[in-house]
Amino acid sequence: MKQIVDEAFISLFRICAIIVIVIVGALILHLIKNGMAVVNWDFISQPPTEGMTAGGIFPALAGTTLVTIITGLVALPLGVGAAIFLTEYASDNVLTRLVRLSIRNLSGVPSVVYGLFGLALFVRGLHFTPGLLTAGLTLGLLILPWAITTAEQSIKAVPASYREGALALGCTKWFVIRTVVLPPALPGILTGLILGLARASGETAPILFVGASFFIPHLPRSIFDQFMALPYHLYVLSTQHQDIQLVRPIAYGTALVLLMLIMFFSGGVIYLRARLRKKYQQW
Amino acid sequence: MGKFKEKLIEIFFTLCGLVAVVVLVGIFSLLVKEGFPALKSLGFSGFFNGDLWRPDAFGKPTYGLWPAIQGTLITTLIAMCISIPLGVGTSVYLAYVAGNRTREILKPIFELLASIPSVVIGFLGLVATGPLIAKLTGRSNGLNALNGGILLCLMSLPTIISVSEDALQALPRDFWRGSLALGATRFRTVMRVMIPAAKGGIFAAVMLGMGRAVGETMTVLMATGNVSSFPDGILSSVKTLTATIASELGEVPFGSEHYHALFVVGATLFIFTFLINLAGELVLGSRK
Repeated sequence: MKQIVDEAFISLFRICAIIVIVIVGALILHLIKNGMAVVNWDFISQPPTEGMTAGGIFPALAGTTLVTIITGLVALPLGVGAAIFLTEYASDNVLTRLVRLSIRNLSGVPSVVYGLFGLALFVRGLHFTPGLLTAGLTLGLLILPWAITTAEQSIKAVPASYREGALALGCTKWFVIRTVVLPPALPGILTGLILGLARASGETAPILFVGASFFIPHLPRSIFDQFMALPYHLYVLSTQHQDIQLVRPIAYGTALVLLMLIMFFSGGVIYLRARLRKKYQQW
Repeated sequence: MGKFKEKLIEIFFTLCGLVAVVVLVGIFSLLVKEGFPALKSLGFSGFFNGDLWRPDAFGKPTYGLWPAIQGTLITTLIAMCISIPLGVGTSVYLAYVAGNRTREILKPIFELLASIPSVVIGFLGLVATGPLIAKLTGRSNGLNALNGGILLCLMSLPTIISVSEDALQALPRDFWRGSLALGATRFRTVMRVMIPAAKGGIFAAVMLGMGRAVGETMTVLMATGNVSSFPDGILSSVKTLTATIASELGEVPFGSEHYHALFVVGATLFIFTFLINLAGELVLGSRK
């Protein structure tokens, strides 16, 4: 009897997990069911036409891709540099603790605040035009804490004996970092970065004020041009368009493409990381 | 020469590390700098005593923050009421009930949940949960605090699940075995031994999840109806701090009073999330 009652109570925890999965599953299925009807090759490869009530989402897809590349170019060097500082150079002192505290607190700063920051610093302060570069810099700083943390974990996973062996042979510290530490850490650093970029590419609030545009009939011609972005396009179609009901199917399609894109990259990386982790454990 | 080069390289990487400090300090000081003109002309009381947020009122605009603060509080509160039991329950399931195979399948799924963009969740609020709430409550639309809270719960769940599972997994396995050996049931062991022992980590999980809910923008912007007035229950439409910034900043002229007032909203939001996250981080940090 006691066992049965216990099993019943324990099932409460199981039910919690099931509820979470059912809710998420139901919402995703709802998107797939309603989005599949409009998603086809033309939808992905054509620009919007007739006041965004017809046509595809190509400029938004291209804009998101471009801004994500710039985000990566900003976050990768800064993230790896800071991670090398934390793992290879930092001693346990006030400065290091301050850096770690800042990284943790940065990751809790709301994304819309990064948007305010990007506007105040890049547009108002440095007089950049709102566009791809400004948005990329803002998003790069947004995922910086994530880039640092994942790079640090991958660099830490390289066994200390590698470094000690190379240092004992008389190599300089920088040579050891360059040739012994970074190469095995690189797959981990890149997978972490891609996961961060997948999240950045879905962000809307930070780019609202620093370059995302309602509608542009052509692709951006330089990194200073304004751009269309998938998440912003979805926001526009679902709340800002003059005929929301008419564009609803396109909004569903946009949401589905955005979700699938992010799921594809995040899912792939999470899978790869699980395999990498097993490999590290064999050392 | 070689030594000099090594020193330069060390300085370079130290500077990379300092970028994080500079950005954090930079964010706060720019928010204050850009918010200052509005604080100067309206005074603290203009923001924190006023009950109305009417930036477009003709002649005498008012910038009272209380409606937005209450909007943020009520949506966050609803989200937490759902996500704390659900999240902690799920983490207990992952830590003690699920088999290894199940856990290895489920953990990536919860991680994927964290990567669903907030604008997609907001869209779902508009087209799926909102209409459902409208139907169940018999109102003309379901874009209200309850809708926002339910969706925010989805945004904070992944954080709560993963941080509180880490806390449970970090406990010595002997606690579990010892309690069972004394004749306690598994449920009693979870409730009386494991959760109390991991309470610091679970507190941190709740704080970090709450930080996400307070700072979430697109979801509440799209799903709560955005009416800037005092909420009179969970079925009234609200406008949060984040939604105020996101919906209005794009339309104000640079340098206007309204523009600077929105930075005061940003600074208030920054301080809220900073304190919430700090509370979580301090507990996590002190255990290490």
